[in-house]
Amino acid sequence: MTLTTALIAGLVLGGTYALVAMGLTLQYGIARIMNLAYGDTIITAAFAAFILQGGLAVNPLLGLALVVPGGFLLSYLIYRLILSHLVARASDRGALEVDSILTTFGLLFVIQGVLLVLFGGNYTSYSFLNVAVDIMGAKVAANRLLALALALSIGLTLYLLLTRTRWGTALRAVAVAPQSAALVGIDVNRAAAFAFALGGGLAAAGGVVISMYQTFTATAGVVFTMKALIVVIMGGVGNLLGALCAGLLLGVVETLVSTYVDPGLTLAATYAIFLVVLLWRPQGLFGRVAR
Amino acid sequence: MTYSKGGRCLPSFTALATILGLALAPLVAATPAGAQDRTSVKIGYAVSKTGANAGGAAITTIPNYRLWLHDVEKNGGLELPDGSKLPIELVEYDDRSSAEEVVRAVERLAGQDQVDFILPPWGTGFNLAVAPLFDRYGYPQLAVSSVTDKAPQFVQRWPRSFWFLGGGSDYTGALASLLSAQVEAGTINNKVAMVSVADGFGIDLVSAARPAMAEAGMDVVLDRTYPVGTNDFTTLLNEAAASGADTFVSFSYPPDTFALTEQAQVADYNPKVLYLGVGAGFPPYGRKLGDKAEGIMTLGGIDAKNAQNMAYRERHKEVTGEYPDLWGSVITYASLQMLQEAIRRVGLDREAVSAELSGGTFQTVLGETKLQDNRLRDLWLVGQWQDGQLVGVAPADRPGASEVILPRQPWK
Amino acid sequence: MRTVIGFALAGVVLAGLAVAPLYLGPYGTGLLIGMTGYVTLASAWAMFSGPTRFVSLATVAFFGIGAYTMAVLYESLPYPLVLAVAALVGLVVALVVGLSTLRLAGVYFVIFTFGLAELVRQLVTWYEVNVTGTLGRYLFVSFGSEVIYWQLLGLCAATFLIAWVIGRSRIGLALKVIGDDEVVAVHCGISTARVKLALFAVSSVIITLVGAIQAPRWTYIEPLIVFNPTVSFLTLIMALLGGAGRLWGPLVGAVPLFLLFEWLSANFPDHYSIILGLLFMAIVFVLPKGVLEFAETGLRRLRRRPPQDGSATVAGKEVEG
Repeated sequence: MTLTTALIAGLVLGGTYALVAMGLTLQYGIARIMNLAYGDTIITAAFAAFILQGGLAVNPLLGLALVVPGGFLLSYLIYRLILSHLVARASDRGALEVDSILTTFGLLFVIQGVLLVLFGGNYTSYSFLNVAVDIMGAKVAANRLLALALALSIGLTLYLLLTRTRWGTALRAVAVAPQSAALVGIDVNRAAAFAFALGGGLAAAGGVVISMYQTFTATAGVVFTMKALIVVIMGGVGNLLGALCAGLLLGVVETLVSTYVDPGLTLAATYAIFLVVLLWRPQGLFGRVAR
Repeated sequence: MTYSKGGRCLPSFTALATILGLALAPLVAATPAGAQDRTSVKIGYAVSKTGANAGGAAITTIPNYRLWLHDVEKNGGLELPDGSKLPIELVEYDDRSSAEEVVRAVERLAGQDQVDFILPPWGTGFNLAVAPLFDRYGYPQLAVSSVTDKAPQFVQRWPRSFWFLGGGSDYTGALASLLSAQVEAGTINNKVAMVSVADGFGIDLVSAARPAMAEAGMDVVLDRTYPVGTNDFTTLLNEAAASGADTFVSFSYPPDTFALTEQAQVADYNPKVLYLGVGAGFPPYGRKLGDKAEGIMTLGGIDAKNAQNMAYRERHKEVTGEYPDLWGSVITYASLQMLQEAIRRVGLDREAVSAELSGGTFQTVLGETKLQDNRLRDLWLVGQWQDGQLVGVAPADRPGASEVILPRQPWK
Repeated sequence: MRTVIGFALAGVVLAGLAVAPLYLGPYGTGLLIGMTGYVTLASAWAMFSGPTRFVSLATVAFFGIGAYTMAVLYESLPYPLVLAVAALVGLVVALVVGLSTLRLAGVYFVIFTFGLAELVRQLVTWYEVNVTGTLGRYLFVSFGSEVIYWQLLGLCAATFLIAWVIGRSRIGLALKVIGDDEVVAVHCGISTARVKLALFAVSSVIITLVGAIQAPRWTYIEPLIVFNPTVSFLTLIMALLGGAGRLWGPLVGAVPLFLLFEWLSANFPDHYSIILGLLFMAIVFVLPKGVLEFAETGLRRLRRRPPQDGSATVAGKEVEG
């Protein structure tokens, strides 16, 4: 396997990680909710896509148009009905972190339980767009390529929106200084709810795309949460482009380790790199030191 | 206020005593109900309904327990030697895929619920975790979903344990001799690329496969292990393709098996022998792949001409909504039938039931079934998808075996 | 005086708990093992995380290290020595980890400790696969579950004793300052790093020992079984529910939660997750600062009112002492 093919395979793999991580970085960075149930949102979307595809014969790409707004709405409701009370009550960021970890941990169980009752614990998969695309001699699955394309386009679009529009500036202000943001007339709660919902929508998009090529079970959510969390921390909390780059980087590292070192160490390498980044630059590879 | 130094100790202590008292009261109070005039047979099990093992348990174990309970109920209950029938009273726990939970749940079933029989949990590790308890409390253990070469030693250690699914060397030995026969026939070269998942099952099988392959004159040119949870196999498949091996073997778990299948198509990787691990025997696997499944080999398989088995498959579909998998499911169900029949013959005495299971001959969905040294030895060790069915191809001398068809046709 | 009464009471309760398996039968003993295990884990966790407010998810890393050490060495070394080795391994890992990570703050520490648990699991797996060539290890011990229980109970008592001593010592005072404001602590001349490290090490060694003592219960040891991340989460939840800042907090959280899990898994095996999750969220909303603080606030309110009928005895006793 040449270096080029390894790199391409890594980038495509990383596309999935990046796609999954961007929603979490919005939720955690802007809405300040450490959402442990994030992965279960992804799984729920995957099941939704599975139902649409299998039961109603809806093309998963069209399914995106249904599932993503669904994820957005669901997350919005979760924030408004449950999480906003925690935010209102928290005295400082630390307290909110502990509260949100605990609450979303409970939420994780609820979602998982509902999925288990609805679908059972079985492995679920279907296949869509599982055709090879040739990129510079490397054969890549079209569905995974789609994940990469989606990650790149969503990442860049959102980045532009966040940096170039008034609305985006408001969201960023909330991320950096929620108290002061309120002083300059930003409805912090509304902005946070929106960011959280947006994150949920992104998770749903990730879920639909992942369901096209990956086997999932009702209980697999936590795996996605952890992968996403690693990418988010590496990229710098709240940093969309950071998450994008960190996701791609992680994919490349895993593929390189698998190719040149030992496939048995890919996950160990992931965690090792992650720990090193945390120690060396706790603000993330792309985060700024003072925030 | 005199409430000051160390004051916090006392109220908390009172609270602590109360809590503990409340906690333990029901344990002490609960005494076993009289067993003389019984109106039911109590059967219990603890199985992973949630957590990491839930996927496996939901395929092989839980649906078959449900189906069996359903069948017994339809039959009017469990039949006893005097011809009377008693309904089953079910006690079930979720072990949440935790070893400590499964151990405690079995202690609970044996000590607290005092069930008449305990059905085993899912998985090799969990069956071993509870084996000392089954033994201590005198319950027969029908360990189905555990693949282990150490079964003979376990039978020595726990004489009431029964092992139904063979060991790693059974499967890999059968595969190796099948391969070497194909090499002699000139169908394939003697090179093998082998990958395995870094977990109990994968390591057991790959450790057994290495000597088996060497003995059969096969040359393992690629031998890699990947961590549980890997879902990108691009590198491994590329390496395997570059190794020049005609045979690709993966001792993988269901998600990996599915991913390997998908990615082998994308990479247009076409080994002449494609042998995949757990999951390749799941009915949705064959359904999803359709024609492309033709020729893929895995552990297990069935004799499609066995009418009882085919009827069982239809009943399974009817009751649980899905066809059973083509490896462990039918054996799980057969083990329950053996239990049922043993109870019919000798009653509810656990010692007698164990002896009957050990020495008796049973008519089950597998056909005539008899254990040797508490182990089921009549197994399909290699199966191959042929005409939409996963048929047993090895051991080739077992009645009902199909002829293996190689080389496998490339992906279409 | 109160201390003496406290110790006497503790002694009585301990003695009662120690003889309990003789009357309870296997399931009762199993329940006590599970409960004592989690009380110890939660208390050890709170010993470090309570005062420092560093939320650690590394519990299962140490728990698993303990269990693995037991599985690896049981055949070749006498049992007490295996425990000692396990404690030593736990200590070394804790010191290495502590030295490198305790400067991380907030959620970074949380994530780091989680990553650490996963890293340890991956490395153990890799080592077993590539170096020893077997993954599962068998652990056949000659003693019964009562013995496991007594060891756990002893460890649990020791944990409380250590926590109590720390609470009364200079370190305890230092910890309170660190927890309140680390900057102030540094200005007071407290070596925050050293105090935190010491605490992390003690807490980790206890957790390692819990894993080592409990391992023989499972007969078969493999990384997926002993490095089960649920252990970290449950420990954390139990400690926080009771109140991590108090000596008895983890106990008050662990016992009822443990029994609740047990009850749920028996009575609602199919809806266990949903009910558990909802309860969880309810706990966070109703008891945000832990049961103990909630109860104390309630008590204080009670005391302010003139004592009436039933509540008089409770309030009266408090004031007398």
